[in-house]
Amino acid sequence: MKAQVVIFPGSNCDWDVYYALKEAGFNTSFLWHDDKKINCDLLVLPGGFSYGDYLRCGAVARFAHVLENIYEFSEKGGLILGICNGFQILTELKLLPGALMLNKSCKFICSDCELIIENNDTYFTKLFKKNEIVNFPIAHGEGNYYINEDDLKILKSYDGIVLKYKENPNGSKEDIAGIINKKGNVFGLMPHPERVSFNYLGSNIGLKVFQSILNR
Amino acid sequence: MYIAKINVTLKDSILDPQGETIKEALLKLGFDTQSVRIGKFIEIKLNANSLDDASQKIDSMCKKLLYNPEIEKYNFKIEEI
Repeated sequence: MKAQVVIFPGSNCDWDVYYALKEAGFNTSFLWHDDKKINCDLLVLPGGFSYGDYLRCGAVARFAHVLENIYEFSEKGGLILGICNGFQILTELKLLPGALMLNKSCKFICSDCELIIENNDTYFTKLFKKNEIVNFPIAHGEGNYYINEDDLKILKSYDGIVLKYKENPNGSKEDIAGIINKKGNVFGLMPHPERVSFNYLGSNIGLKVFQSILNR
Repeated sequence: MYIAKINVTLKDSILDPQGETIKEALLKLGFDTQSVRIGKFIEIKLNANSLDDASQKIDSMCKKLLYNPEIEKYNFKIEEI
């Protein structure tokens, strides 16, 4: 299975996720923000500070040349994984509902984080158990997930909440840490599974996200 | 040539922790306030055929990029310079 990791100016988690994808068994390559076209099975939007987070996180990345055919890619069933800044970009693209705002504490939080697997019936979480507690680190200043009441009803109607914080670190609505779209092919999460994909770095629990995709 | 002065702020229903923090800071400095909300100010100079034309262009810019309708609202003033 082929994965492409997009690099925007300011992305900084591209290599981490590249190594995790390779470890899981993907044929992986990079896509620069100005490249021509998406050509893969799994498109990954990595963490970082694309375009300096100027104006709003992900506001400028949304218009990157390389993402011009992302809607077509998604329509045709391509898989999209947005981690941290990637999740922010997916909400700006409106491929996922809601918005990520400034953390309630107004502080950048960098720490381990316990999460609950709310939905393990997705391409991205099928190797986990329902209600399993996992630990993926978080590192963000704007991870406070907001969604309006109408969209939240729709999200819940198709079990779109995939991950919840065990202890809400940033004020996210209903402790939401990660969601999928209705079709199930687009997944956005604030925590970093790629940072816990190698045992020699403390844990490889995050590798299961990438392995789940391969096992679809 | 026209100049547009745009304010982008959080919708009233959205919690503004930055605003809350600054309110506390002002209080500590001896200033009491009813509320503090923090937003963005954007100034754009542009060419247009008329005030209406400039207004439409700025409105399009806001809708396309400058604000996030999920959580923000905007207003602007335009004048000829």
